[in-house]
Amino acid sequence: MAQTNEQQSNETVKQTESKQTVYNVQNLNLWYGEDQALYDVNMKIGENDVTAIIGPSGCGKSTFIKTLNRMVEMVPVVRTSGEISYRGDNIFDRSYAVEDLRTKVGMVFQQPNPFPKSIYENIVYGPRIHGIKDKKTLDAIVEKSLKGAALWDEVKDRLDQNAFGLSGGQQQRVCIARCLAIEPDVILMDEPTSALDPISTAKIEELVQQLKENYSIIIVTHNMQQAARISDNTAFFLNGELVEYNDTNTLFSTPGDKRTEDYITGRFG
Amino acid sequence: MNYIDEQTVQKNMGNRIKKNKMWRWLFFSATMIALLFLAALAYRILTQGIGGIDWQFISGFTSASPERAGIKAGVVGSLWLMAVTAPVTIILGVATAIYLEEYAKKGRLTNFIQTNIQNLAGVPSIVFGLLGLTIFVYVFNIGEVILAGGLSLALLVLPVITVAAQESVRAVPTDVKEASYAMGATKWQTVRRIILPAAIPGIITGSILALSRAIGETAPLLVVGASTAIFTLPNGIMSPYTAMPIQIFSWTQQPQQAFQGVASAGIVILLVILLLMNSIAVFIRNKFQNRY
Amino acid sequence: MESNPNEGNKQQSVSQRIQSNRQNRSGLMIIESLVPKLLLLASIISVLVTVGILYTLLSEAITFFTQVNFFSFITGLDWSPWQGRYGILGLVSGTMLITVIAMVVAIPVGVASAIFLSEYATDKWRRILKPILEVLAGIPTVVYGFFALTFVTPILRAIIPGLSFFNALSAGIVVGVMIIPMIASLTEDAMSSVPNEMREGAMALGATRFETTVRVVLPASLSGIVASFALGISRAIGETMIVAIAAGATPKFTLDPTQSIQTMTGYIVQVAKGDAGFGTTIYYSIYAVGATLFVFTLIMNLLAQFISRRYREEY
Repeated sequence: MAQTNEQQSNETVKQTESKQTVYNVQNLNLWYGEDQALYDVNMKIGENDVTAIIGPSGCGKSTFIKTLNRMVEMVPVVRTSGEISYRGDNIFDRSYAVEDLRTKVGMVFQQPNPFPKSIYENIVYGPRIHGIKDKKTLDAIVEKSLKGAALWDEVKDRLDQNAFGLSGGQQQRVCIARCLAIEPDVILMDEPTSALDPISTAKIEELVQQLKENYSIIIVTHNMQQAARISDNTAFFLNGELVEYNDTNTLFSTPGDKRTEDYITGRFG
Repeated sequence: MNYIDEQTVQKNMGNRIKKNKMWRWLFFSATMIALLFLAALAYRILTQGIGGIDWQFISGFTSASPERAGIKAGVVGSLWLMAVTAPVTIILGVATAIYLEEYAKKGRLTNFIQTNIQNLAGVPSIVFGLLGLTIFVYVFNIGEVILAGGLSLALLVLPVITVAAQESVRAVPTDVKEASYAMGATKWQTVRRIILPAAIPGIITGSILALSRAIGETAPLLVVGASTAIFTLPNGIMSPYTAMPIQIFSWTQQPQQAFQGVASAGIVILLVILLLMNSIAVFIRNKFQNRY
Repeated sequence: MESNPNEGNKQQSVSQRIQSNRQNRSGLMIIESLVPKLLLLASIISVLVTVGILYTLLSEAITFFTQVNFFSFITGLDWSPWQGRYGILGLVSGTMLITVIAMVVAIPVGVASAIFLSEYATDKWRRILKPILEVLAGIPTVVYGFFALTFVTPILRAIIPGLSFFNALSAGIVVGVMIIPMIASLTEDAMSSVPNEMREGAMALGATRFETTVRVVLPASLSGIVASFALGISRAIGETMIVAIAAGATPKFTLDPTQSIQTMTGYIVQVAKGDAGFGTTIYYSIYAVGATLFVFTLIMNLLAQFISRRYREEY
């Protein structure tokens, strides 16, 4: 992966050669009421990359990832300025239906949040709401998605059981499978392993490696080792600013910014 | 010198502990008053009423003679009333709850509707009778029929059902709703496929409790013109009618002592139906508790 | 939306089908924009109910006041409609008498029960007692009325010589019992919202349970408790069937609880079951009485809301 390192703190733009850009974030600012949570973020995210977003608590990393599928708007007092283009279209455009965006950009949350329904119903929820109703297709989707989330062998005999009966790690993989069922383009993961035990975490990390073959993945994590293990590129956020964004190896071995270095060497956070 | 005299403290301590014990006993006795009252009521009604319950009583119309009086018209009338009240009040109540919890923006209108519901809950039931008499019986001119009675009861218990439905909708965790929205579901899809199914046990429980309140209501029905003596069964929502509590009330008004037994028998039937409804509500509540 | 640039290798039938379904979703969008309007409509109905109540009471009461002098209505002590005398105070005094008796029963018993449940009772007792209170709250008032007339009155008559067969005392006591669960549960809610740290603080200083309750918990939850009294009073004022059955139908301006009296609600029932012809002065009088009743209960309800909002303790 060839690249050039530009290391101005706020305008750090990662350049990839052969790859398509999925997201292009330009001058993004975000406020919760009077409080500004993101300051002038500029960032390009490439296709089939795993992009990790790290930073201390309250740095805006979670807010940022929720802006990418506009889930951040669930809070009524949110305002934004700037632009996020997804595959060339500005997602803040009035004519851009938020449901269209979220159909192509799936999300996995911090706490596993399966629906209080059977495993099967959890997976077919997405296809159903998007108009796929024939049983045969749905059955095929369930198998494919559960296989994709490395869960098929564990649950194939109890698809009609409530998803709440599964362990935390399995629930999180149900959520991933649910996300895969509508074949998104991008998967956003908001600290997907923070509520899980180490074994489940390892499974999810392994899964992320497999998923990047077919999906672009953006993952927020507070765990720097995790970012180093699984991501191609890493962005470091601090106090709502994108401090540094670079190839993961470079960022961790030769950070370009003093603050990044302080953070990854554990001096704060 | 010591500010605190050990001996006085010790002496007072004994008194204070005694006082605590005495009050504990008083509070307990006060609580027992409610229990005793309920026991007396149950004992009295059962001993007086259970003997009067036979096939004649269940299958007969009311009568001028206590031996032949029956509650059939009352039971059937109450069921007809519920057939009107239940759909109207559940649909309106659940819709209002969903609007207030999921759609309405926080603001003046929402506050106003919410306060209004709270105030309606405090309006005496007989005032709903006056409302029904004017609006349904005279303005809409539908007469003193089941429809008028059922609609009046529906409006009476609307706040109860709305508040219960609001609580159940509010209890659906945000993260489950978020999961739905994050998959590109629209608001209505999320409400219909995620929020409503999760809230339905609470809604059913609340509905049953509200309907058991409606089925025991007497005053508004008297005002909107339920009959006390009727000798045919209703054949539709536009029929004249009576209801269980109306029959019981009319029997309490009879001068003959023997009608007390008839009234008791009627009360036993009414209470059994209420008990049944409440058991179903409690069963549903327990069965679906701790789903999250 | 334009098509995805890297179709072929990863976009397969499912996502394509979803995309094409999303193109034809006009039906979905119609529902999506219609639903909030329908739901709002349902919410508006509850507002219309209030409007309907106000309209009904006002318009019919105004008709009544074209036939009966308003001033003599609100100041008259004699309520004898069949003789053409409409002095509302004759009914209001009956309502007040019932309310005072009811609150004398309901407040001490209700608060004491709440204190027992919230501060003293073990979990086991609570599990037994709370459902009993719920059952008591769920009994139809016609049943209470029957019980007052056939059980409480005979007992009282054995104790108090000269007690009328229909009397305010028996009805008032039973209305009070009916209200106990309401006051008990609202008071208990108020008390259990007092944080445990405050109790622990007092007990750690050596205060007994009773001292902690009286000096810490009750003062801290006072607004909720007083609000429950206001709601209880509102219930007592509006209670109909108990008084219609047990208190009699003879309006008089008296404070003597042994007498037969009539309340505002009792009068409405009397007229309703007697079938006074539509359009007569007596017919309109039930609306004037209903309006007076409504004003009394509304004031108590607003008072309750005001108290619990104004003096809400923040923990």
